[in-house]
Amino acid sequence: MNTNSNSYTVIYASIMVVIVAFLLAFVSSSLKGIQDKNVELDKKKQILAALNIRNVDDVEAEYNKVVKADMVINANADTLKLGENKDQDGFKVENKDLSAENLPLYVCEVNGEVKYVVPMLGRGLWGGLWGYMAVNDDCKTIFGAYFSHESETAGLGSPIAEQPFQERFQNKQIFAEGDSTHTQVALTIVKKGQVKSESTEVDGLTGATLTTKGAAAMVTDGLQQYINFFNANAK
Amino acid sequence: MSKLFSKENKAAFMNPLNLDNPVTVQVLGICSALAVTAQLEPAIVMGLSVTVITAFANVIISLMRKTIPNRIRIIVQLVVVATLVTLVSQVLKAFAYDVSVQLSVYIGLIITNCILMGRLEAFAMQNGPWESFLDGVGSGLGYAWILVAVGFVRELFGAGTLLGFNIIPASWYAENGGWYVNNGMMTMPAMAMILVGCIIWAHRAYNDRNAKK
Repeated sequence: MNTNSNSYTVIYASIMVVIVAFLLAFVSSSLKGIQDKNVELDKKKQILAALNIRNVDDVEAEYNKVVKADMVINANADTLKLGENKDQDGFKVENKDLSAENLPLYVCEVNGEVKYVVPMLGRGLWGGLWGYMAVNDDCKTIFGAYFSHESETAGLGSPIAEQPFQERFQNKQIFAEGDSTHTQVALTIVKKGQVKSESTEVDGLTGATLTTKGAAAMVTDGLQQYINFFNANAK
Repeated sequence: MSKLFSKENKAAFMNPLNLDNPVTVQVLGICSALAVTAQLEPAIVMGLSVTVITAFANVIISLMRKTIPNRIRIIVQLVVVATLVTLVSQVLKAFAYDVSVQLSVYIGLIITNCILMGRLEAFAMQNGPWESFLDGVGSGLGYAWILVAVGFVRELFGAGTLLGFNIIPASWYAENGGWYVNNGMMTMPAMAMILVGCIIWAHRAYNDRNAKK
């Protein structure tokens, strides 16, 4: 057979494309259920990590134990959804859909103390950043933090997703010392070694200035959206 | 059996590891060798993934080689590679989610790895499936060992760790009163280029001397 003729080439290409399309579509749709489950489980793992609960074996059980409700509020601190049926309300909101009118808030209980976990979204050097922050029930102190990234430079910006960096946030204050109005979030990340105010500034990453800047904006702006809730619920 | 491991087949497997190394001699796959070698672990995983995909893509193309129309052969090769990579990434997402998150962009990068297209075009289009399989595994491993060597040096001197474990004692560091500082240059891709250059230099010098004997 002449494999160089036009008709052969066209038919060959068409058949190949159809086979490949069916194959990929079949694999993708048959694995979709398992993949979605994995994504959900991973999100729960991240929320738990923000509460300093890491390396748990049964994520599902631990999450159900710790998280009491996944509310949805807006920037005025009005409750839009109560989130009593877990996984239905706040959990369903994808991070990319965060907006002033659509703010998930996880009410959790760790060792008998109430903690609030808030999601946040930002931009790093190469791609998106996201994270969760757990705030104590005084609504002023950070309990824990978790961040991750799409594609920050390995070894430079990527440690944002690692425990040592995330632990630097523990016990930091959201508001500046002496600020009693609580209208502006002061918590931020500064260039490595330039921390001036221990209570609200977190040491950045060496050699990753832009990732650090992006993460700082994410933390400050992310918490800022919840500021009315914090003020209303402060103890 | 003896035919399966004939001299030619052995050469198809062994040459890419040394004399005809894809990175140091054919200078293919340099881009990913610079991108993923800041740490050892992604370097190892990338090396293995490329080995598996080169081997299977080689076999598939070799089986199809007599039917492929000459004018669209590159497109056919690309479709096979892209399909394989997409399948691997889907399967990883379903059954090894943590690994797929860690690899994120690297999986997609495999499609653009020039070694794949290079081997398909230069070897699998002319040879049988078994030879092509050996050639794919050999080329993949030849690429992998360079990546691992570069990743080893970069992670050790750039971060003081290997596979995430601390190797350089904490007390050596200047911040703890010692004398040692990590070499920040090592974490930059430029340093990978220099390291690959050094490996090519050593490799050539060694092989030239052997050839003259």
